[in-house]
Amino acid sequence: MANTMQFDLVSPERSLASLQASAVQIPGADGDMTAMPDHAPTITTLRPGILKVEAPEGTSEYLVTGGFAQINGDALSVLAEKAIPVDEVTRTHLDELIAEARASHEAAKENGEQTIVDEAAKLLADMEALGTHMSL
Amino acid sequence: MPSLKDLKNRIESVKSTRKITKAMQMVAAAKLRRAQESAEASRPYAERFNAVMAGLAASVGGSDSAPKLLRGTGSDDVHLLVVMTAERGLCGGFNSNIAKLARQKAEELRLKGKTVKVLTVGKKGRDALKRDLGDLFVGHVDLSEVKRIGYTNAQDIAKDILSRFDGGEFDVATIFYSKFVNVVTQIPTAQQVIPASFEDEATGDDSGAIFDYEPSEEAILADLLPKGVATAIFSALLENGASEQGARMSAMDNATRNAGEMIDKLTIQFNRSRQAVITNELIEIISGAEAL
Repeated sequence: MANTMQFDLVSPERSLASLQASAVQIPGADGDMTAMPDHAPTITTLRPGILKVEAPEGTSEYLVTGGFAQINGDALSVLAEKAIPVDEVTRTHLDELIAEARASHEAAKENGEQTIVDEAAKLLADMEALGTHMSL
Repeated sequence: MPSLKDLKNRIESVKSTRKITKAMQMVAAAKLRRAQESAEASRPYAERFNAVMAGLAASVGGSDSAPKLLRGTGSDDVHLLVVMTAERGLCGGFNSNIAKLARQKAEELRLKGKTVKVLTVGKKGRDALKRDLGDLFVGHVDLSEVKRIGYTNAQDIAKDILSRFDGGEFDVATIFYSKFVNVVTQIPTAQQVIPASFEDEATGDDSGAIFDYEPSEEAILADLLPKGVATAIFSALLENGASEQGARMSAMDNATRNAGEMIDKLTIQFNRSRQAVITNELIEIISGAEAL
């Protein structure tokens, strides 16, 4: 069994990472999951959160929002609408995201569909939790 | 016959024109490199995205539960043409080629009795189409304040288009932009984005795999289709950016060369008339001396 797999993280604007990873923790829409080599082929959408990559060279973390991950056994590609290495995340980034989440929450409230309101509220909570997690 | 002074002024003015076009060419060359880099950087995302979408669309596409963005509204009476051009001119046939393609398409659709609506991105396309299609304009996106095209710009445009789609304003959306081939060749292109169609380019590597989908295939598709529109628009914007700079570069190269030729011609003319003046003066002096 191979103990590493090809991992690619790409955003629309650039490719952020392409390396051999031993495990990747993905913030999936239905909950976090960790993909390791020889994982069953899976496609999952992402919720905003932290993507954690464990590689032989060390661990790196990225803040990702929106997009999906494609797990393919020996390769894993994460396509995120926005992806920022955690070290580079600043309070302003987060404020932007929170403002965005809040706006969609407000919009959802006006439309009055309960599921969407719940989702937006969750998104907002996610964002704020993210801030505390990173102690910003 | 212009006087010597006129010619001299003329030469000076052409020289400064040449300086300007030369500078513009060099600026365009630098910008082109940047634009090409960002176009290339965005390519992996778009390719993978389309590959996954193609797989999803193939498995869900046939059913009735498929999202409207993929299936279409069931009719194709109202067409939205999204014409993407540059904010600035002086780039050869770049803007007018895109406008021409859009105009042809609009004409074709109108002959078939369809309703046409036009959304313009970029000032130049708007100006070019105002006369023929002005009454069909439904909106305009201004990117003149944007220094560097980012994904957020594409998202904003996509959001605008999608909200119009949800509002039932149109059935089919097509984007018009220029595909960058190289500095001298840019191909004006029309691409349909709604209902979405995905070409499966990456068949080789994941053809055998059967994927688990989390949440469900439909949910993923519904989530990703709007992003697909944004992705298509983003790559079109970047291609357009590179094409614009490429077109400007070759246009300015031509202009610089033409100015050079003009200077040569004017200089010859200037020298000839200078010589004629000197000969004239000499004749006058000699005949004056003879007369004494």
